[in-house]
Amino acid sequence: MMLKKIIFFIFLSSSIHASEVNLELIEIYKNIRCLICQGQSIADSNSDFASTVKLVVQDQLKDGKTKKEIYDFLISKYGEWIVYQPTLNKNNFLLWFLPYLILVFGALIIFFILKKTKDSKDN
Amino acid sequence: MLSNIGSILVFFILSLSLLIIYYSYVETQTTRTTIKKNIYNLSLFQVTFTILSFFTLILGFIFSDFSIINVYENSHTTKPLFYKIAGTWGNHEGSLLLWINILVVFSYLFLIFNHKHEKNFRLYTLIFQNFLILGFVIFLLFNSNPFSKIYPEPLEGLGLNPILQDPALAIHPPLLYIGFVGCSIYFSAAIASLLSEYSGKQFALSIKSWVQISWVFQTLGITIGSIWAYYELGWGGFWFWDPVENASLLPWFAITALMHSIMVLEKRNTLYEWVIILCLVTFILSVTGTFLVRSGILNSVHTFANDPSRGLFILIFLSLMIFTSILIFFKKHKKEDYNFNSNSKETFILANNWFMVFFLATVLIGTLYPIFLDVLTNEKVSVGPPFYNIVIIPLVIPFLLLMAIGPQFNWINSKKEKLYKTLYVFFGACLINLFLFYFFENYGLYSNLILITAIFLILHSIFDAKKSINNKKKFIFPRIISHLGFGLLVFFIGINHQYSVEVDFNLKVGEIKKFNNYEIFFKNIKVQQNKNYKSVIGSFKITDLEKENINYLNPEIRIYTNPETLTYEAAIKSKVNSDLYLTMSNLPRSDFYNIKFQNKPFMIWIWISAIMIALGGFVQLIIKKNEE
Amino acid sequence: MKNNFKKFFIFSFVIFFLSIFTLALKKDNNYSTKNLIGNQISSFQLPSLRNSSFITDKELKQNQFTLINFFASWCAPCRIEHKYLVRLNDQNKNIKILGVNFKDKKNNALNFLNDLGDPYSFVAKDPDGKASILFGIYGIPESIIINKELEIIKKIVGPIDQKDYEEILRLIK
Repeated sequence: MMLKKIIFFIFLSSSIHASEVNLELIEIYKNIRCLICQGQSIADSNSDFASTVKLVVQDQLKDGKTKKEIYDFLISKYGEWIVYQPTLNKNNFLLWFLPYLILVFGALIIFFILKKTKDSKDN
Repeated sequence: MLSNIGSILVFFILSLSLLIIYYSYVETQTTRTTIKKNIYNLSLFQVTFTILSFFTLILGFIFSDFSIINVYENSHTTKPLFYKIAGTWGNHEGSLLLWINILVVFSYLFLIFNHKHEKNFRLYTLIFQNFLILGFVIFLLFNSNPFSKIYPEPLEGLGLNPILQDPALAIHPPLLYIGFVGCSIYFSAAIASLLSEYSGKQFALSIKSWVQISWVFQTLGITIGSIWAYYELGWGGFWFWDPVENASLLPWFAITALMHSIMVLEKRNTLYEWVIILCLVTFILSVTGTFLVRSGILNSVHTFANDPSRGLFILIFLSLMIFTSILIFFKKHKKEDYNFNSNSKETFILANNWFMVFFLATVLIGTLYPIFLDVLTNEKVSVGPPFYNIVIIPLVIPFLLLMAIGPQFNWINSKKEKLYKTLYVFFGACLINLFLFYFFENYGLYSNLILITAIFLILHSIFDAKKSINNKKKFIFPRIISHLGFGLLVFFIGINHQYSVEVDFNLKVGEIKKFNNYEIFFKNIKVQQNKNYKSVIGSFKITDLEKENINYLNPEIRIYTNPETLTYEAAIKSKVNSDLYLTMSNLPRSDFYNIKFQNKPFMIWIWISAIMIALGGFVQLIIKKNEE
Repeated sequence: MKNNFKKFFIFSFVIFFLSIFTLALKKDNNYSTKNLIGNQISSFQLPSLRNSSFITDKELKQNQFTLINFFASWCAPCRIEHKYLVRLNDQNKNIKILGVNFKDKKNNALNFLNDLGDPYSFVAKDPDGKASILFGIYGIPESIIINKELEIIKKIVGPIDQKDYEEILRLIK
C-alpha cells in the first residue's frame, strides 16, 4: 500500500513537471513589461519587441538561467521599469514596507479600543 | 442648433445651482421645520434640465451632428446606431456630462426621499452637493464642453475606437459612474451632518440606502469591466492591477468598510467619527481616481486621451474638496467614547474595516508609488500584479475566516457555545480540501490555505442560510448571499489560477502544435469584408487527447478603416466547467502567427460569484423597500 | 497639544500629496532608456550580413569611438537618418560605425546600402532580433556610441537628427 502511494506521488509530481516548465515561462512573460506598449506585459502584447524578448527568455531558460538571472539581465539593459515586480532595494523599500506598517498600526488602534473598554468595565 | 440648446441648458444648471445654494442657506437660518416649496421646485428644474442636456448630446450623436466637436471627434456616419448612442459617454466630455447628471439626480432624490430627517441637515447636504455640481459644471464649461462648435461643419466624423464598440461599453461606464458619483451624496451629507450636528443613528439611517446603492453599482461596474476586458482585450486575464482598474477598486474598499460601519452606527450609536471620515474619504478617492485617469500622469491600457489642463482643473477641485472637508471636520468633531467587547459583532466589523483599510492602502501605495518616485528621484519603476498578489493574497486567508465567524456573533455580547459549531465547520472545510488535493492535482500549502478558508466561508454561509429559512429570519439573507458570493469568488479564482493551462507559441497555416494533452491544428485563414471592418479569420481544431473531445475555435484579426486600427478578437468557448480561449496575431514580415491558447476552469463561475456579491446588496435594498 | 500635532501632520500630509500631483502633471510618462549610459556593453559575437565572417567586441576596442547603429530596410525613419551616418563616417577618423541589420532580408538590406550609401566598417545581421536585446535596444532605428573601453557614452532612441549629430561631434572630439 505504501509502495503504491509512493509511486502515485512520483507519477503525480513528474506529470506536473512537464507543464511546470511551460508555466514558468508564462509567469516570466507576465512579469516583463512591453516597453513600447501602454501598460501591457510581453505575455499580453503582440508587438515586435514583445516577441523578440520572448525568444531571448526562452533561450536563457534553456541555458539553465534562473528567473532572477533573467530579470537582472533585462534590468541591466533596460532599467527597473521593465520588470513588474519591484526589486527590494533602497528605492523600493518604502513600497514593500508601508502596507504592513499600516496593518500593524490598525491592529494597535483596535487593540487599544478593546483594552479601554475592558479597563472601564473592570472599574 | 443642438449645440446651442445644450450650452444653454448647461448654463441653466449652473444658475440653478447658485440659486439652490443661496435659497437653501437662507432657509437654514429660519426656524421652520419643513423646507419651502421653492427649493423643491428649483431642484426639480435642475434635474429636468440636466437630463435634457444629456439627451441633447445623445441626439447629436444619433443624427451625426458634426458641427459639435465632440460628435465629430468620436463618431462616424457608418457607426451602428447602438454604438452611436453609447459613444456619447465613451469620451471624456460626454462622460463628464454623465457625472453631472448623476450628481444632480442623486441631489434631487436625496432631497425628496429624506423628509423624515432634520431640515438643516437636508439643506446643508443640498448646498454642498450643489457646490460639487457647480465645480463640475464650471470644469465642463471652461475646459471640456461637449457642446463646443466647429465651423465649417465637417462632412464626416473621426470615428469611435473599435475597441470601445462593444455592448459592455454601453453599460460599464454608467454602472461604474453611479458607483463613483453616488458617493458624492454621502460626502455632502457627512459635511452637512457635521455642520448641523445631526449625528448618530438618524444620520446612519439617512445615508444607509445611498451607501448600498453606490456599493451595488460599483461592484457591478467593476465586474462588467472585468468581463469586458476578458472578452475584448485578448489576453485571457480579467484583472491586471492596472492603475485605472485600481482607481475603481479604491472607492470599493472604502464603501464596503462604510457599509459595515454604518450598521454599528445604527445599532449601537457609536463609530460616528469614523463613519464621517469614511464618507469623506470615499468621494475624495473617486475624484482622485478620476484625476489619475484623465490627467495623463499614468501609463495604462485604459487611459483617455492626454490633456494636462484637465488634470490641473480636477486637481484644484480635489484640493478644495479635501481642505474644506478637513477644516469642517476639525472644527466640528467631538471626542467619542468607544465601548467594544471583544466577543461582539462590532469588534468583527472593526476587523473588517481594518482589513479594508489595509487592502485600500496597499492598492493606493502600489498605484501612486511610481508617480511619487518619479517626481522625487527621477527614477522609474513599475509596480504590477506580482506586488499586489504577494502583499494582498496572504491576508485574504484570515479575512475569509473572519468573514465566516464575524456574523455568528451577536451585538454587544456573545456566548461561547457558538464557537464550537464553527470549529466543526472548519474541520469540514479541511476535509473537502483534502479531497480536492488528493484526487486532482498536487498544490502548494499556500493554495491549500486559500481554498480551505474559502470553502469554510462557503459552508458557513450555506448553513446560515438553512438556519435562517428555518427561523424565518429573512433580514440576514443579503449578508449570506454576498458573503457566499465572496467565498465562491475566491474559491473559483483559486482553482482557476491553479489549474489553468496557458501556452504561447508561433505557428504557420497548416501546422500542428502538440503539448501536454492537447493538439492544436491551424487549419486555414479566411478574409471577410464587414460593414466597417475587414476580418482575417483563423480556423483552429483543438483536440483534448486526454478527455478525447474536439473543439473548433475561430479567432479574428480585425482591420478597421475609421479610425485606422487593428484589433484582435479572441475566440472563446464558454462551458460550464471551463473556458477555451484562443487568440491569433500576425507577426510582421513573417508567415508565422503568434498563438495564445488557454484552458481556464470555472471561468463563468467567477463572473457568477461576483454578480452574486452585488445581488446580496440589491436584495437588501428591496427588503428595506418592502418593510417601509 | 496632541490634537494640534495631529492636525498639523494631516495638513502637511495633504499638501505633500497635492504638490506631488501638481509636479507629476508636468512630467512625461513615456519611458526612454536614453539615460542608461555608463555601463559597458556585454561581450558579443555577431555574424556578417555579406559573408561568413564574424565581429566581436574585442575588435571594437581598436576604435577610439564606435557607433553601433541598428537599422532595417523596411524602416522609414532609418532612411532619413542614414545621411548623418554617411557624413559622420566621411568626415571623422576617430569614430567607426558598426551596422546591425535588424530582422531583415539580405537582398533588401544590400539594396538599401546601395541606394543610400554604406557608412559601416562592418555590417552584422540580426535576423531574429535577439542581439538587439543584448544591447538594450527596443525600437528601430536606435544607436549606441561607445568609447575605447566599450562604455556607453550616448544612446539615441529613434532616428538621428541634426541636434543629435552635433552632439555626437562634440562627444568624439
